[in-house]
Amino acid sequence: MGKADSDHARHLLHQMLRVRRLEEQCVELYSAAKIRGFLHVYIGEEAVAAGVMSTLAPDDAVVATYREHGHALLRGVPAGAILAEMYGHVEGCCRGRGGSMHLFDAGTRFFGGNAIVAGGLPLAVGLALADKMSGRSRVTVCFFGEGAVAEGAFHESLNLAALWQLPVLFCCENNLYAMGTALARSESQTDIALKAAGYEIASWSADGMDVLAVEEAARRAVDAVRAGGGPHFLELRTYRFRAHSMFDPERYRDKKEVSRWMERDPIDTLRKALETAGKLSEKDWKSIQREVEDEVKAAVEFAEAGTPEPLEDLTRFVYSERSPE
Amino acid sequence: MKTTYREAMRAAIRDAIQRDERVFLMGEDVGAYGGCFAVSLGLFEEFGPERIRDTPLSEAGFVGAGIGAALGGMRPIVEIMTVNFSLLALDQLVNNAATLLHMSGGQFNVPLVVRMTTGAGRQLGAQHSHSLEGWLAHIPGLRILTPATLEDARGMLWTALEDPDPVLIFEHGTLYNVAGELADDAGPVDISTAAVRRPGQDISLITYGGTLPAVLDAAARLAAEGIDAEVLDLRVLRPLDDAAILGSVAKTHRAVVVDEGWRSGSISAELSARITENAFFDLDAPVGRVCSAEVPLPYAKHLELAALPTVERIVAAAREAVGARG
Repeated sequence: MGKADSDHARHLLHQMLRVRRLEEQCVELYSAAKIRGFLHVYIGEEAVAAGVMSTLAPDDAVVATYREHGHALLRGVPAGAILAEMYGHVEGCCRGRGGSMHLFDAGTRFFGGNAIVAGGLPLAVGLALADKMSGRSRVTVCFFGEGAVAEGAFHESLNLAALWQLPVLFCCENNLYAMGTALARSESQTDIALKAAGYEIASWSADGMDVLAVEEAARRAVDAVRAGGGPHFLELRTYRFRAHSMFDPERYRDKKEVSRWMERDPIDTLRKALETAGKLSEKDWKSIQREVEDEVKAAVEFAEAGTPEPLEDLTRFVYSERSPE
Repeated sequence: MKTTYREAMRAAIRDAIQRDERVFLMGEDVGAYGGCFAVSLGLFEEFGPERIRDTPLSEAGFVGAGIGAALGGMRPIVEIMTVNFSLLALDQLVNNAATLLHMSGGQFNVPLVVRMTTGAGRQLGAQHSHSLEGWLAHIPGLRILTPATLEDARGMLWTALEDPDPVLIFEHGTLYNVAGELADDAGPVDISTAAVRRPGQDISLITYGGTLPAVLDAAARLAAEGIDAEVLDLRVLRPLDDAAILGSVAKTHRAVVVDEGWRSGSISAELSARITENAFFDLDAPVGRVCSAEVPLPYAKHLELAALPTVERIVAAAREAVGARG
């Protein structure tokens, strides 16, 4: 591993740790009843968001699901704005109207935060259509779980994207469980990349616990999409270490399975690899941790100090404030 | 010039595509086939497959793609063949188009226009005949338009495209062949107000879309009996033009709402409630309603006709309201 490579790997390690710590903080805040609603954490899956986001340009578009804190953060939405959103404060990235499942940010072209399974896929197709019709070389990346492949919107979207050769990258985060339903209990064909290939879409799988593998696959796909190669599909095989949401008693999988996957923790794996290669000293690691702690602490302070939107603004943003002549 | 509702709508689409390079039409059979109701006939040859874009039978997919394209800076006109098929895209319309602006705290407009046919009267049976625009009018974040005249068929589309929010246009299937005179310079019209189609003093007949012709016929018959009915065409089902509705009732003191939807939970229920809430003391009679029979619309012509608001039923309801004077 050369210096540039090891610097980049340390950067990815830092990015994954940012997501991990922010979400651990969310869980604490949830338990303390500071934030409410549904909270779905991404812990264990950080390599997917970190690997894919690192391949995108600033004017690309990202569409995500309800488990999207990590995508938002790594796309560039400040941690403070994400947490303030969960507090329901006006300083939140959606002024407190979206919450954990509906993060949006125009500045980074982050289009949600969609809490309907597969509901974001048609939007991604449309964003890509707009780019293609306008002659722009932007890429739209759409994240969704493997549960979405059972929905009609998944099939309709893949068909349209392939039919019209649109610049969209579909990223299936296959964590094996749609809430509590195991893939094998819901799909006749459990090879999701194969399913996508049925639509004449270039598709392949990557180890979603290995950020470098994710990044390599994503870079190859994003480059191909940007070069006009039509839609691409990545199945990223990953696992969530925590329950589906804070309300999930997790009766559907045994603890041994979880602990087996936890041995493949994407953060620990990369840290150890770097240490073994002599590219990460104890001091480096401490410094990354400290930086992340500071960021999350500042985010909590920002969210705590936030303010509620005035009640008289309740009905704002139902219709635009600019109407046609 | 002499034209039809269908031709007026086509002229509106052509005009929009010529005016703004971001505008395109997308939907089932809009291209090579010329549109299921021939609204887009000829436009495919004129503008090509990019701007007149055929889609698969895939309502959630192409309506959602329309929303995404709108987010991406385009101005899509999405055609859904009938309101019945829009149910396959309700998730995209209700959970995305209507909510994205609010959920994003004002960051993401959805400047989408969706056109679809609605209504019965052509013996198409229950799965092609229902009037579900009242359901969509339940949803905050959507604007619901029901052009009933040639002027509105010609003029509402461009204004809708200028609206930064999602607009759904319901075209009643029996209106396409309606012919009449349209000014040569007819152009965009407003999409926020109701219109008095016939001024009158004795009773307000409030309606929209496909039932406007029957209501105007009923008003003419009532006039022959000495009852001077005002006909109010709502034009916009959401947001409703309260001022026009309440203003008309304040003048006539009686109202009958004519709505091809079912009575239970309908737009006429909403109108009746608003009039009762806001103009109770102006009323000389209970608010009447003429709606479709509460059955899935039957195929057989006599049964279908019996289920719909007909001129006779409208006249009878108006007489009853006027007779309530005592």
